[in-house]
Amino acid sequence: MSRLRDDYENSWWRRFQGWVDGETDLLAEGMEIRVPGRGEDKPLRGARHEQEKVRGQHNEPAAAPEGSRTVYNGRGIRCFRRFYQVMSVLLCLSIIFVLLWTVSYLPAFGNAGNPDNNEVSARYIERGLQETGAVNIVTGMILDYRAFDTFGESCVLFIASCCVLVLLRIDAAEGDEKAKKRLAEANDRIFEPKNDIILQKCACILVPLILVFGIYIVLNGHLSPGGGFSGGAVLGSGLILYLNAFGFGKTERFFTEKVYRRMTLSALTFYCLAKSYSFFTGANHLESGIPLGTPGAILSSGLILPLNICVGLVVACTMYAFYALFRKGGM
Amino acid sequence: MRIFEIILLLSLVVCAVSVAFMKDLLTSIVIFMSYSLIMCVIWVLLQSPDLAITEAAVGAGVTSILFFVTLKKIRAIQKEGRHEQAER
Repeated sequence: MSRLRDDYENSWWRRFQGWVDGETDLLAEGMEIRVPGRGEDKPLRGARHEQEKVRGQHNEPAAAPEGSRTVYNGRGIRCFRRFYQVMSVLLCLSIIFVLLWTVSYLPAFGNAGNPDNNEVSARYIERGLQETGAVNIVTGMILDYRAFDTFGESCVLFIASCCVLVLLRIDAAEGDEKAKKRLAEANDRIFEPKNDIILQKCACILVPLILVFGIYIVLNGHLSPGGGFSGGAVLGSGLILYLNAFGFGKTERFFTEKVYRRMTLSALTFYCLAKSYSFFTGANHLESGIPLGTPGAILSSGLILPLNICVGLVVACTMYAFYALFRKGGM
Repeated sequence: MRIFEIILLLSLVVCAVSVAFMKDLLTSIVIFMSYSLIMCVIWVLLQSPDLAITEAAVGAGVTSILFFVTLKKIRAIQKEGRHEQAER
């Protein structure tokens, strides 16, 4: 034990920890620098000597940081490149071959004896309308039989937007000149013509149509093709178009970070509670008060409509948040 | 209809290959967008309109827009805009 502790500073774990904490500089030993102004056909002999020469030619004071050695051995690098290209082509071809080989072992398409034609799909098709109340069987499957999968997907979207938030968010530090400059640099809308008349007129006509279409898809997810995800994506793209045409000032009146947070969290929480009830009680559904299975009526399929609205809200908010974060680092 | 499907599938392959071989990033994104549009029509032909809606909204719309914004962030398509700005 004591020996281990003595050796701790040089141990593998300590080095790994240091690497994670960012203590070791990976570039400290030197990084690979290609000397500029030289074609690949001329192998360089003394790399450091060459670097000195180039520095002398261009009068660049300390083009390379001190301590970085120039690893540019012409022949070795060229061999490595050629090897790399050949190997990448070979890898690609072998992956294609393996995949095609696997495809040739799949059962024939449309064959009645295929393993996917089992009692599960038969039951979905036969009793799906009675059990879920959704005329659109796909939505019935996604939001009723396989509702837990859809919950995972919505959570993945939420986590993705959180990651983008972590990566791209820019905090406006009050009074800090440097931070303000960085903010203005990141907010690339200032370089654009703000009132593009063509875009605005087109958006005036298109945005209401797109939004109404998206709402229609979400609300009729259990009756016609579509559902929460598609409708949410359409809604999100309509919002992005509106944002592009009229700027952040207009959208911030109704969509701020607070609104985003509340909408996403409440949608996810409602979905989670409604579905974990039936998950824990063994597929006993939460009593929704909405009757099952009247084809053509919007209020006809139990919890599917509220769940569709939840998924649509999460997706639309995520799309819009992606765009806003990419654009100016905030919402 | 058969010929139409074959044309669609062939243009799908052409789009997929030319995305990889295009030198200009902007062009390859536009080709990627058209790939998604063709894929959307193919989904309709395969009788899955819900996937077609999703493909049109996500594949051709939001993904391409995010690619454009990323290119703008890394200043890959800034040149023409800068010239216009300078002229003004």
